[in-house]
Amino acid sequence: MSLMKNILATSALSLSLGLASLASAQDYQPDPNAKPGGNIIVTYKDDVATLDPAIGYDWQNWSMIKSVFDGLMDYVPGTTELRPGLAESYEISDDGTTFTFKLRQGVKFHNGREMTAEDVKYSLDRVTTPATQSPGAGFFGSIKGYDAMADGSATSLEGVTVVDPYTVKIELSRPDATFLHVMALNFASVVPKEAVDEYGTDFGKHPVGTGAFKLADWTIGQQLVLQKNADYWRSGVPYLDSITFEVGQEPIVALLRLQKGEVDVPGDGIPPAKFNEVMGNPDEAKQVVVGGQLHTGYITLNVEMAPFDKVEVRQAINMAINKDRIVQMINGRATPATQPLPPSMPGYTKDYAGYPFDPAKAKEMLAEAGLPDGFETELYVMNTDPNPRIAQAIQQDLAAIGVKADIKALAQANVIEAGGTPKTAPMIWSGGMAWIADFPDPSNFYGPILGCAGAVEGGWNWSWYCNKDLDAMATEADSITDPAKQDERLQKWSDVYMKVMEDAPWVPVFNENRYTMKSTRMGGADALYVDPVSIPVNYDYVYVTE
Amino acid sequence: MLAYLIRRLIQAALILLGVSFITFFLLFVLPADPVRQIAGRSATPETVANIRHQLGLDQPFVVQYWRYLTGLFQGDMGRSYLQKTEVATLIAARLPATLLLMLGAIVAELIMGLTLGIVAAIRRGGALDQSLMITSFVAVSAPQFVVGLLLLYVFAVKLSWFPIGGYGSFSNLVLPALTLGIMGSGWYSRMMRSSMIDVLRSDYIRTARAKGLRRFRVLALHAMPNAILPIIAMIGIDIGIFMSGIVVVESVFGWPGIGQLAWQAIQRVDIPIIMGVTLVSACAIVLGNLLADLITPFIDPRIKLR
Repeated sequence: MSLMKNILATSALSLSLGLASLASAQDYQPDPNAKPGGNIIVTYKDDVATLDPAIGYDWQNWSMIKSVFDGLMDYVPGTTELRPGLAESYEISDDGTTFTFKLRQGVKFHNGREMTAEDVKYSLDRVTTPATQSPGAGFFGSIKGYDAMADGSATSLEGVTVVDPYTVKIELSRPDATFLHVMALNFASVVPKEAVDEYGTDFGKHPVGTGAFKLADWTIGQQLVLQKNADYWRSGVPYLDSITFEVGQEPIVALLRLQKGEVDVPGDGIPPAKFNEVMGNPDEAKQVVVGGQLHTGYITLNVEMAPFDKVEVRQAINMAINKDRIVQMINGRATPATQPLPPSMPGYTKDYAGYPFDPAKAKEMLAEAGLPDGFETELYVMNTDPNPRIAQAIQQDLAAIGVKADIKALAQANVIEAGGTPKTAPMIWSGGMAWIADFPDPSNFYGPILGCAGAVEGGWNWSWYCNKDLDAMATEADSITDPAKQDERLQKWSDVYMKVMEDAPWVPVFNENRYTMKSTRMGGADALYVDPVSIPVNYDYVYVTE
Repeated sequence: MLAYLIRRLIQAALILLGVSFITFFLLFVLPADPVRQIAGRSATPETVANIRHQLGLDQPFVVQYWRYLTGLFQGDMGRSYLQKTEVATLIAARLPATLLLMLGAIVAELIMGLTLGIVAAIRRGGALDQSLMITSFVAVSAPQFVVGLLLLYVFAVKLSWFPIGGYGSFSNLVLPALTLGIMGSGWYSRMMRSSMIDVLRSDYIRTARAKGLRRFRVLALHAMPNAILPIIAMIGIDIGIFMSGIVVVESVFGWPGIGQLAWQAIQRVDIPIIMGVTLVSACAIVLGNLLADLITPFIDPRIKLR
């Protein structure tokens, strides 16, 4: 898989010390067949909530925001490889705590004003100010002065300094090997103060950025049109003149319209009920691009609730689940998982086979744990297809070893609530709410969902697993900022996840694949249609052929 | 009459107050936390606490409800938690589409329902009458989701007579209006049939016949107007029935009305939007019923409002 290679390259890159002028070599090679012009139609079922980069945090607006705004860092299209964005180059101090970014000159916001270091500082202050209510504020926790911002005692981040109009210096309170990835998150996008002041809370409906596209029209509940930014600072892109996002379209209707040539990309994907039909038709299957994604679907076992407080019981459950059958149930749209990290994530342990599917052994282990007759428990699950069906498969697997699980199928918000309430949900199937990485780094799969920080009321660590030793190992791994020791860092992360598997707070079930369908007139490399950071497609680089 | 109207309006206000209280209370006790939806999965506990505090969701129920109510009386329906836009703006942007769809549905159900009812009444007892009444029964019972997809598949996908969903022109309106109107047409056809049968039995019709008037003239000019009148009063009540149907129909056809808005908001616990749409719908239902009552005396002078 080429994706894997790229991700491995990324991490090495992210740790380069000294002056890094990293353009050319790894950067994107323009497509010689690309033709400028044209409009594409992308459909969605739900409204676009906001285009404010400090607020937007769903997979629908994530890539739209990427096309309207830029941050200091960015990814090579179609890969998880970091490349400089609004920063032309950057420098990292030897101790890994000071980042100095040199900005590109002459970059203009959509309102015509030039972007400078003041805007970078303003944007970071804005996203970390409690008043902004940014869901991503916590990502900036390693910047010096973050805590003072969070508790309201400061109005500006102490660690961010404007050196000159084109240089900004960011000091961290601790070494953070993931900081360049953080600067590539949408939350770190650069916004112009005057536009935010003008629109206030409505900035998300009147976005002004430096990105490849600017907002042309937004009819609430109907459509949103992005128009090419002719002054875009990256030359040659975007290719498309405009993109129309039509909202309120059921996935099944979007598919019918695509088949009639009225839609170019159904943003919500192929509806599960139509999946076999589409993939079974050679012409239509050709319009589908398949790729991996940084996703793992898992069952959490609440270690604070008996009998899941016993490690033998958790291991037994791990051996009882027939993952292959679950993958078959979703038409093979996934790969069985052995561990928390997905295979394309650096730090994934390749030679680990995971717990075998062995109900006999599982039953034996339950007996050894003092539960020869099994026990009764509850399995929480989100109530949208295919999750209740998957829960039934899990229920049957558990019944085979004498465990009687009651299925609680609830709306997403209710499952999330139960997961974050102490001693409430003994088991949760994560489908529909599963973890998809914010950025391609192994640390992103630990803290909130397996670390002590997430095992709190309202947290996302639904197994309530808190191992202080592993937390310490994780912190240690993330303080390794020396690129020469990159392998050591990944090895540490691999060790962390292997220890997690020994304690078995999760049953990792599968890693979902991504299937993006597109009209026949859409052009551009397949990688752009399964871009790991731009879902469903990388709008800046795709084009139309007619 | 005026006293009646004032009394009804006061009643309506109380009903709306009750609706607002019950809805707000249900959303308050719901085991789903809106702050978790806003904060997302990567938020730290401080961020979650901060958002909860800023939205006033850490306050007791009474305080929260009072705040909402006082805002409402000042014309402020609040801001969407997730979209950050004012709820009034979101609803205002979508309300015309819903009203248009309802109007279309009323026209559709009247045309279908009345025609079928009249035909059935004329052919009373015959095979046509019976099959029409079975059809109307099916129409009343058919799930709108299925009807919508069926119409969409046959008339938009296969025959290409109409666009596949969307909004903006008359051709976009036809299928969703039919889907929403089909259920009502079932009711109307049955009511029209019995109303028509009553009228056809009455003395003045017999007189008209006896005078030697042509059958069509008797039906069209003498019987129908009188048979239709009691049915007109029902339209006000339809608005309430439509309110439950628009959520489904708007979703299937991508119709940008408030039903879609409500559905999205419910899934993400966006309380200000849920409250706003509920209150607007409740207003529509209350007004619809009031209108139906007000019209009745004009149709049947024997009824007096007091």
